[in-house]
Amino acid sequence: MIRVILPVHLRTLARIDGEVKLEVKGPVTQCSVLDALENKYPMLAGTVRDHVTKKRRPLVRFYACEEDLSHEPPDTPLPEAVAAGKEPFLIVGAVAGG
Amino acid sequence: MSKVRVLVGTKKGAFILTSDGKRKQWKVDGPHFGGWEIYHVKGSPSHPNRLYVSQTSSWFGQIIQRSDDGGKTWHQPGTPPGEPLTTPDGMPKGESNKFAYDTSAKTGKPLTTHQWYDGTQHPWEFKRVWHLEPSLADPDTVYAGVEDAALFKTTDGGKSWQELAGLRGHKSGPQWAPGAGGMGLHTILLDKNNPKRIYIAISSAGTFRTDDGGKTWKAINQGLRSQYIPDPNAEVGHCVHRIAMHPAQPNVLFMQKHWDVMRSDNAGDTWHEVSGNLPTDFGFPIEVHSHEPETIYVVPIKSDSEHYPPEGKLRVYRSKTGGNEWEALTKGLPQKDCYVNILRDASAVDSLEPCGVYFGTTGGQVYGSADSGDTWNAIVHDLPPVLSVEVQIY
Repeated sequence: MIRVILPVHLRTLARIDGEVKLEVKGPVTQCSVLDALENKYPMLAGTVRDHVTKKRRPLVRFYACEEDLSHEPPDTPLPEAVAAGKEPFLIVGAVAGG
Repeated sequence: MSKVRVLVGTKKGAFILTSDGKRKQWKVDGPHFGGWEIYHVKGSPSHPNRLYVSQTSSWFGQIIQRSDDGGKTWHQPGTPPGEPLTTPDGMPKGESNKFAYDTSAKTGKPLTTHQWYDGTQHPWEFKRVWHLEPSLADPDTVYAGVEDAALFKTTDGGKSWQELAGLRGHKSGPQWAPGAGGMGLHTILLDKNNPKRIYIAISSAGTFRTDDGGKTWKAINQGLRSQYIPDPNAEVGHCVHRIAMHPAQPNVLFMQKHWDVMRSDNAGDTWHEVSGNLPTDFGFPIEVHSHEPETIYVVPIKSDSEHYPPEGKLRVYRSKTGGNEWEALTKGLPQKDCYVNILRDASAVDSLEPCGVYFGTTGGQVYGSADSGDTWNAIVHDLPPVLSVEVQIY
């Protein structure tokens, strides 16, 4: 199972507490994880990536294994530890700055 | 006795203020959707317990929320509570948040670009819903004004939204350009006598009217004069902040433009200035008294670079003559050291007798008057900056 940690606003929208556990068929990539997330929690469609273009929203970041994966192509395999469920895939709202 | 419900959208959530018809004691309920920008909350005129909310975030995009019980409970209409979260074939049902511009050839080959800040053409990009306008008769039909400027419509209670693409297809579309505040469609006026007629206004583009239910649109900006644009009398490019109409006089429109308060007596075909003796004619909201079609309200703001009241005095100005002759309404409003702004969607009037008038400020106050503006009270002092105010009688 893939572990995903959502920011608080998206946990509220999806009416969940704590981590999300997702079953992902095939290669574990940003795209396949987000597809599985939106399939399980359809109200999150459009919140992490654009409804139409499927691009990551500008102020959303993807972290895992102490790496910033935000700029990786969406079909790049995620780290093995994420695919094995040892480490979570973090979806983070960018800090506002200032 | 009638009850009053004031629906307040703020930078950090929605609030519902309720009172009886006397409008003296108020209960404050909220925040709903805490932490999110609530651009607009509006109820159905025909079914007041049906409320629609535009919940938006620079981080996480656009959410549409709906209540069927006057704001006690909420749901995203594409995912009703208790229903399966996915369709039988496993596809997501988050369609209520999806505002996709119409690019089909069938519905008028709508434009795919508009003018950008540097003069080049730029693709339309959906950012948020600024304004929700429920149908006057059908609670499941709602119009949504969005940034980048376009008009959407739902006929299934917000579950799905379709663009009325004829607006962006207007021949002036490639000339529309965002101002500093973006390019939002912020005003939607429905004519109860003519369901085919809709007026809309777009920041830094102007005002448009359809007489065929949204298929074709006419730019109605003749008479507007904006000295900050290269051709002050251009067909489009005027920064219209708000338009208002009284249902009994649907051909009479009032406008608060960037600068100038304007009036049209022919459904927007031509406009003339009615700023008269206002201390400044810059401002954002404009309202029409619910029982007196020639009584209107504005809140003068010092200038476009100083978004606060002149002299630090918060004054609503009322004209009982349809413009030109204005009186300051000050009783109960701060008359020194007040430097808040009142945004374009942050005022409303109720239909009680006497007419109630309400507005919210960027300082988090919501003021109400239960006597047509003669006296004012702060219903609440310390909300987040107020983006929108609506009022219902139920």
